[in-house]
Amino acid sequence: MTATVPLDDSDQLAGTGFEVHSDEGAAPREEVVGFGFWVFLLSDIVIFASFFAAYAVLRNSTAGGADSRALFSLGNVALETLCLLLSSYACALAHVALARRAAAAFLIGLAATFALGALFLTLEIREFADFLARGATPQSSAFLSAFFALVGLHGAHISAGLIWLAGLAALFVLQGSGARYGSRFFCFALYWHALDLVWIGIFTVVYLMGVLP
Amino acid sequence: MTDERDHRTTLGPQQERPGNEIAIATTGFAFALVLTGAAFAIPSASFIWGPGHYAALFVLAVAQMGVHLVFFFQLSTAPRQINNILALAFGLLIVFLVIAGSLWIMAGLDANMPPMTAS
Repeated sequence: MTATVPLDDSDQLAGTGFEVHSDEGAAPREEVVGFGFWVFLLSDIVIFASFFAAYAVLRNSTAGGADSRALFSLGNVALETLCLLLSSYACALAHVALARRAAAAFLIGLAATFALGALFLTLEIREFADFLARGATPQSSAFLSAFFALVGLHGAHISAGLIWLAGLAALFVLQGSGARYGSRFFCFALYWHALDLVWIGIFTVVYLMGVLP
Repeated sequence: MTDERDHRTTLGPQQERPGNEIAIATTGFAFALVLTGAAFAIPSASFIWGPGHYAALFVLAVAQMGVHLVFFFQLSTAPRQINNILALAFGLLIVFLVIAGSLWIMAGLDANMPPMTAS
């Protein structure tokens, strides 16, 4: 038994009429963990907001180079969007499977989440490589600097999420679902949904508004 | 009992009925698919007045973010979620200040710049 967190004291109140469901009692652990992680995610979203602001300001500063209409292909973006949305959905289903102690279904959900996330990342890297091959490098204009910074930051978050997900899967295979596993996976699920949320902003502001006449 | 609680991990209060959670996620996924499809159809929708494209895309994105918050994050107006909602409101305020402020100030600077040509 590792160090007991004071928040778990609420256990001792069971049956006394002061359970965690009353408005007065201490909040259960996962609610506090959830809130803390939620605040972290919101701060992360504020970081993304500053990158969005930079992109929105610089989107027409192409320095005579390729602009968004010449570069973006919506087919690839639609595929990326579908991958990320399905990945988020698979993550939500895995979360349900974990709550129901369905280990096999949980691992299948994790695998689907990971595979779809990795597919998204592959598509994005291919798109970046295609841009670079056409001479649209981050150095060539303020528009492209802002584009690579914003979309690249999201891609970096996805990469970190995939590593985190692999770690969680390994932990589950090695140790099973321990007492803290639920809140750990919960944080990952929030993180993954938040990245999908940011992607909505990216495909709307960068890609769809970028190809408008 | 502890285990039971440790798995009760949504931002919101636990759903009572089993099966409910899958239905919620699937509903959210379906809504998100429809809204995404609509958004991707906008650029080629020639029947919409030009500047209206931006408004339509903006509305669809906000709607889909709302769908994600409700169905995937399972945010609600339940009393126990008041902290989450307040944090979200504060986050949105900062996001609005950063984006709207940058656009406003930079547009003003841009309008006051002497004409330049890219060299």
